[in-house]
Amino acid sequence: MLRYICKRLLLMIPTLLGAAVLVFLLMRLIPGDVCELRLAGEGAYVDEKAIQICREQAGLNRSLAGQFVDWVWGLARGDLGVSMWTGRPITYEIGLRFQLSLQVAVMATLTSILVAVPLGTVAAMNQDTWLDYGVRAFSIAGLAMPSFWLGILIILALLIGTQALWGTPWMPPIQYTPIWQDPIANLSQLVWPALATGYRYSAVAARMTRSALLEVLQEDYIRTARAKGLVEHLIINRHALKNALLPVVTVIGIEFAFLIGGLVVTEQVFNLNGLGKLFVESVGNHDYTLTQALVMLVALVFIVTNFVIDLLYAWLDPRIRYS
Amino acid sequence: MAFTESPLQGVRAAAPDASGGMTWGRVAAWARRKPVGAAGAVIVLGMLLVALLAPLIAPYDPVRNAFDRMHLPPGWMHWFGTDQFGRDVLSRLVHGARTAMFVGLAASFIGATAGLVLGVASAYFGGRFDLIFQRLMDIFMAFPLIIMALAIVSIFGTGTHNVIVAVTVPFIPRCARVVRASALAVRELPYIDAARACGFGHARIMLYHVAPNVVAPYLIMLTAFLGQAILLEASLSYLGLGVQEPTPAWGLMLQGGAEEYAESAPWMAIFPGLAITVSVFAFNLFGDAVRDTLDPRLRSTG
Repeated sequence: MLRYICKRLLLMIPTLLGAAVLVFLLMRLIPGDVCELRLAGEGAYVDEKAIQICREQAGLNRSLAGQFVDWVWGLARGDLGVSMWTGRPITYEIGLRFQLSLQVAVMATLTSILVAVPLGTVAAMNQDTWLDYGVRAFSIAGLAMPSFWLGILIILALLIGTQALWGTPWMPPIQYTPIWQDPIANLSQLVWPALATGYRYSAVAARMTRSALLEVLQEDYIRTARAKGLVEHLIINRHALKNALLPVVTVIGIEFAFLIGGLVVTEQVFNLNGLGKLFVESVGNHDYTLTQALVMLVALVFIVTNFVIDLLYAWLDPRIRYS
Repeated sequence: MAFTESPLQGVRAAAPDASGGMTWGRVAAWARRKPVGAAGAVIVLGMLLVALLAPLIAPYDPVRNAFDRMHLPPGWMHWFGTDQFGRDVLSRLVHGARTAMFVGLAASFIGATAGLVLGVASAYFGGRFDLIFQRLMDIFMAFPLIIMALAIVSIFGTGTHNVIVAVTVPFIPRCARVVRASALAVRELPYIDAARACGFGHARIMLYHVAPNVVAPYLIMLTAFLGQAILLEASLSYLGLGVQEPTPAWGLMLQGGAEEYAESAPWMAIFPGLAITVSVFAFNLFGDAVRDTLDPRLRSTG
């Protein structure tokens, strides 16, 4: 087991390095650099010399290979460098927003599990009835509905609902408060984006729960459990769900890694100052170093999540043993 | 009519007794076996018709401002109301269908086809080429669709054609991986050896002997991409990094104005989102039915 873990950890290095090369080259393909954008803005005249000095400071006039080696060496030491746009350290820029995005991601994942597993179970137990069709329609709709539109609808419903109830419209707070300072203010801001993002993921997971459970319910040991007269809910909870949840865990794990992508749009709707918004801004500002760091963070989360899912497999299913 | 071709192949394979040689008979037989998928296909056809005939259907010019008719609620003159520039929402939706269908069809087709070519080549040549290619695909797949798309938009810039590129590229590795898995099995079949023994070139074997046998996974991926492509285009446009004004696009209609005026003019926010949801919903229903027909092993998943 330990050998397997070591091997997997070592295999991450080439993938991450490949991702680093890809991101680095992609960013260099962008026409116009941060210096032109920052100094010349929307086509204003600027002295060529000033741009040269700026490029020198940002290290943009050095050879591509030199820039790359410096950057990767920094990454290896945990030094992400300085944002080309704001001039502040990237760890500071990310640290400022990490908490918010992580909280929304965790809450969205919890929402999706709490919605998906019961719904998927109900659908599988009542296969080909109206309940089943309802759950399937719910999940296909979840995949079709853009999360930013759902976000707009939630805001709209809040405005109209509170207007009808209290006479004055209420909006979620704009300012972020950490959960330990004021849990109510924190949740009243972040529950809505978590719901908007969570619905989409619950759709994927509910589909998965349903089909996995249907498959498990055909197994011999379920027939045995029924034959010995076990109550249906015990069969489902003790015997079937445990084995059916394996693929569901995979889906939820993969979706967690992709939540960062989902946050890009949701944070825009709810005007949250999180990592997704930072990403859109850094792309717009041609802030190479910040974009690179964020993309590497996404790739790292993705690769580590995949690794953790594989380990969870072994833990959930005693038949799987890695060597 | 490219998409009515796909289920036919499945019907031929799965139910050889499907009613006779008439194309319509086969379509009808498929529709009876997959009523939900057929309903999706009908909506998709409707959307395509709307997109094709947009200038004839739209009651107003979608880009002309009319500052004396701003924020009109839905009514007889403007069925879906007007936006903050007095433009008719219905006309913009109808023309937006054009953008959505164009981007969706082009990106899915190009992405899936490039994936087909790469996947078949990777499986066919095997060895070191395959290994390196697979690692490369792994790297591309380590980025969520939208992150990849945003990075590409930032290189090529915004606008309809660049959005197609941005939506296409992340699809390629996803299709290539699935096609490769099927092509690996085809490569081992004796008739490939026979073709090689006949002295056929690699290109000819890949094109005429391997590719036709991986059409099923290709079509499954292609139809699965359609809905995703429309969603991705809408997301990019919503972020302001996709299709640009004044081109009417559903995601763009939700940006800016729709949020600002959500309370006073909710029709501006509701109808474009509904258009996205309904069309993606229809494409997904159709895609699921195509997948079930072409790959009976997956039938329980859904």
